[in-house]
Order: sequence, then C-alpha cells, then structure tokens
Amino acid sequence: MIENTKFQHRYNFAFIDESTKKEIRRKLLKAVAIPGYQCPYSSPEMPIARGWGTGGLHVTLAIIGREDIFKIIDQGSDASVNACNLRDFVQAMTGCRTTFDTTEATLIQTRHRITEEALTAEQVFVFQVPQPEPLRSVERYEYRTRQMHGEADYAKMWVSLYESFVRHGDILLGAGYPVRINGRYIMAPSPIPRWDIPNLHQAETLYLFGAGREKRLYAVPPHTTVEPLEFEDVRFHIEDFNGQVCNQTGYRKAFLDEIYSDDGSKQFVVNDSNFLDKLRAGEPIAPFVNAYIQQIES
Amino acid sequence: MGYVAVKGGDDAIAHARVLVEFYRLREQTPPITIQQMRTQMRLAVDKVMGEGGLYAPEYAAIALKQSEGEVFEAAFILRAFITTLQRRYYSEAIDTREMFVRRKISASFREIPGGQVLGPTRDYTQRLLDTALTEETEETIGRFLAELEGHIDPQQLAAVTTYDKVIDLLRREGLLKPVENEEDTTLKDITREAIKFPAPRSARLQMMARAETGGLMALGYSSLRGFGNTHPTVCELRYGTVPVRVKDPSGRIRYIGKIEVTEAEMITSTTCTSKKKVLPFYTIGYGLCFGQNDTKAICMGILDRAMRSPDGRSPATDQEFVLYHTEGIEAMGFVNHLKLPHYVTFQASLSNVRAALRRAGAASLETVSETV
Repeated sequence: MIENTKFQHRYNFAFIDESTKKEIRRKLLKAVAIPGYQCPYSSPEMPIARGWGTGGLHVTLAIIGREDIFKIIDQGSDASVNACNLRDFVQAMTGCRTTFDTTEATLIQTRHRITEEALTAEQVFVFQVPQPEPLRSVERYEYRTRQMHGEADYAKMWVSLYESFVRHGDILLGAGYPVRINGRYIMAPSPIPRWDIPNLHQAETLYLFGAGREKRLYAVPPHTTVEPLEFEDVRFHIEDFNGQVCNQTGYRKAFLDEIYSDDGSKQFVVNDSNFLDKLRAGEPIAPFVNAYIQQIES
Repeated sequence: MGYVAVKGGDDAIAHARVLVEFYRLREQTPPITIQQMRTQMRLAVDKVMGEGGLYAPEYAAIALKQSEGEVFEAAFILRAFITTLQRRYYSEAIDTREMFVRRKISASFREIPGGQVLGPTRDYTQRLLDTALTEETEETIGRFLAELEGHIDPQQLAAVTTYDKVIDLLRREGLLKPVENEEDTTLKDITREAIKFPAPRSARLQMMARAETGGLMALGYSSLRGFGNTHPTVCELRYGTVPVRVKDPSGRIRYIGKIEVTEAEMITSTTCTSKKKVLPFYTIGYGLCFGQNDTKAICMGILDRAMRSPDGRSPATDQEFVLYHTEGIEAMGFVNHLKLPHYVTFQASLSNVRAALRRAGAASLETVSETV
C-alpha cells in the first residue's frame, strides 16, 4: 500500500540529512588537517536565521552523538535568549542532555567567548563565526583574499596594523583580533575578546569554527601554535579593566562585563555565567592559565 | 541560572512565541485556509517558492500563513525545510519550447510566432484602489466565473499549442553571438557547495533564481539607469507550465509533473569594445524563476548580461557584489543579527577606544600647556 506521508514530515537525528552531515564532517577533517585554512562547504539552510549561529549549528549537528552533553553560550552567558533558542533546537533534534556546567559538557558551542574554565582534550569547542575572512577589512573581494591566503601575502594586513598604530598609538582591533595559525594562515578567531586569544594557543581542546552565511569551516587543532599579530615593539595585549573587580565575587582574573545601574553608576561583574555561578557557590574552579592573565594581580 | 546583564532566557522566548501567535489571532477573524492562500495570494506564493528555492505551492502557502504574510520569513521557512530532504535526483534540463504558454510577449518584434499573448497581467490596468473588493462574496465570485465561462468558445481551446521562441528566429539568421569557449560552462549545484569566484554562469543563474526580487530589481535598475551600460530589450518573456523529467536508476527518462515558470530573454547588442573589427552581434541575458514574477525574471536577465561584461565601475557587473547581496535570506538574517547582544564585542572595543582617547587627551593637554 502506498502510504500518504504528505504533511507528516519527521526530522532526521540532528535535523540535517545524513549525506550532508557526512559532507560537513569531511570538510571538518580537511579543516583540521590544514589549521586556519577556510574550507568552503555546502552550508545547508537551517531553521535559524543566517548570522544567528548557523555555522556553529552545522558543526554541532554534524558531529554530535547521542551520548554528548551539550552546552551553548552567547556572549559568555548560558541564559542569553539566542543561546536558549539554539539549545532548545539541538535538544529537540537530538535528545541529548544539555548542561550549563563547563566541565561536564562534552560539546560546547559559543558565540564570541571562550569559557574562563580551561577546556580539556575530551571536549570539542565550536565557534559561531559571522565573518571568517580576517582580510575582509583590507580587501573586499573574496577571490582576491583567497589568492592572498594561497600566497601567504599578508602585507596589506600588516600595513593596516601599522597604520592603526601610527594614527591612534595602538593596534585598535578589539574583538576578533587576527591570529596566525601554525606559522601559516592568518585566521579570524571569531569576535572573541582579546582576553580569549591566548587560550587558543597550544590548547588541549579541538577548536572548530563554522561560518554559515559565508559558507566556510576552519579549525585550530589541539597543540597548535596560535600567535596574535603583533610587532616586536608594539605588542598584543588583552583588555584592561583598570584593576576593577567583580562586584559579586571580588574576582579580577576573568573577563568582566560593565553594568550600568538605574542611577547611572557603573559596576563590573564576571562575564562567564557558569564561572560566576561557581565562584558564588564557592565550587572548585580550574580557569585557563596564560602569561597575560598571570600578569594581573589577584 | 547565572546572573546576566541581558537576562532573557527560556521564559522570555516562550512568551514571545505565544505573544506573536496571539497577535496573529487576537481579532478572532475566520482562519484563512491554505487553499485560499494558495489561490488568492497566488503571486505571494510564487515569490515564496522562488526565493525559498522549493517548488511546493501548498507548503509555500502554509509558510505564508505561518509568517503573517511576511514573504522573507516564509521563504526562509521553506529553505530550512529543504535541508531536511534528501536530494535524490537532478532533473533533466527543462525545455521552455514545450511550455503550455499562459503569457508570452516580445518587445523587440511587433508580431511573433503565435502572436503576443498578454495573459494574466496587471501591466495595463489602472492602479485604482478597488474598494468594491470589500463587498466581495462567494456569490459575486460565482457570478464573475459564470459570466466569463459564457464568453469562452470551447472550439478555440483545442487550438492551444506550443510555440517556437523568438531567439530561434534570431539564431537562424545568425544575429546572436555564438557561444564561445571563454564562458565557463561547468555545472555547479549551489545548494551543495559554496560559491567561488569567478563563478560559472550556472552558479550565477542559480543564485539569482533564488535571490530576492527587490534586490535583483534594485541592481537591475541601477544598470539601466546609469551605473552600467545595459539597456536591453525584452526579446521574449513567457510564463506558463513546463514538464519536469528525471532519469531513473535504469536510465529511463520519467515525467514527474509540471511546474509554473517565468522566463525572460533579454537582448542587448554588444557594445563599447575597444577592439577593432568586432562584429556587432546580439547577446542574450537569461532569467528564469518559479511561478509568475516578470520583474524577477527580467532583472535576472539584465544582471546575467551585465555580469558577463564587468567594467570595474558598475555594481551590477560585479559578480560578488550582485550575488552575495541579492541573497535575501542571508541578507535578512545578517541584518537582523544586529539585534543580538554584542556586549562582549563592544567591551573589547571600549577598552581600546578609551585608551586611545586618554592618549589623545594627554597629548592635547600637553599642546595646550605648551602654548600657555
């Protein structure tokens, strides 16, 4: 008998059909094999708008298994509305357990932040990337930037950093500070603050990047050299909070949010919501350690 | 749940979902049926199918209803739906010479084979607001249909046939520029791999077939108005149904149904070449989209032609500019993502700008003290 299946659509595990998932995984393997290289991929349409984390979702859905414990943050927060929506979607399409606890998660998707707690070799960390091309600010055409990457011709980029220094006395790049991977490709680390950049270097964890709208995947494999672009005499530095401390916990070795109260006064609070919760509960924490954070007096 | 500056979370999302549904229904008017959407919102359905890239009038109608008539949103819903489907076949190339023609016009000739057929169009109506529509009932609809049927002579219906295309006439006469090896004829599937530049024509046409009508129109218009040198003539514009066939695993060609398409062939004479001794051939810009959408097909034709003669000055001749920015669903998503919180990103730039201002302030104070 022919069954009428019209209007009775059921979704595949993790939403995307299996052949497309396989394609994405193959492209991810290529991305891991050539650290920092932007690998074009199919970027199927998602029921989430372009620019709202589709690239990260592609990666997550292509690699998630039924045993995975999934965590997703947006601007460091588990409770941000878009993170909630994406968590809800991944949970509904996979049935996987979700968590806020950074150490418990096996697969973490993020927008614009790396967690304060150090990541392990057992975890995979997925970035949502709005603009994968670090050279876009100096070259608008895609076919030319691909050529520049191919030839490792990064002169324009260096000149723009130099010009920034001459005009403003510093390299004025904020979030998404360009980095050089494995001594070869210049890569956009997605708009994470400079605070997070050193945590990409020689990490334990596999970092995967998905740019859905621009249809590019790339990766920083574990134990890979990641160097922020800097000059011998003009060095990269992380955000400076001028000795401010978190008003809830007194902690100062974490990225802080600037909060304005109704009376216009300004306070600071730890940005990473799970980290803040653990600090407040007095639970044990294992934050990232790097030379830049160590310079901050506790 | 942790403390966050922009506190929202699951509850807020859930409430917003309920509220938007409430706004759709709060006036308690009778529900619009999908059948009504499909038939009385025919052109909106066509647009949704075209921009969604899925020929499925019923699903398009559901999406339109679901999105309260927002075409971008409805097209987006259809696109997302495609991802859940396996691509099992590629169709054989459709042949619009087989079209059951509902509309067929040519601006370049007074008479064409089969004649000019205006078909269903508002081109020559006066755009006066028809307030009588407020009084429309099933009865008035019935009366209109009965009256129309009275005018039709069943004898003449049998004469409907298929027609040669106008470009066939030009081609026979050798007026069209022969296809040369310089054109990249690789066949790409833009839904399966990311577009790369320079893109072959197949990829350009596919991108435009799914592009947003308004975006194509803006750029097509710019090319006509002065930011480009195309001023094409409509060689032929036809709208109707064409059969679709696929090859089954045994290699047999099978008919699987028919779809409605609009096809535009825009003719331009080859212009402004610095080379001497170039024959003044005509070339064709091609446009094809789902359903009835003259504007889209025509603008696609203009841009197809324009992109083949990049001049470095006009946006409409620039592949990357045209194809990336007329992709409505990507554009809508990214523009709207600005609503997402960006406080970490902003904080990262704040610390830079404050430091730069401090340095500048210190410098200007120094100059002041020097002058004093």
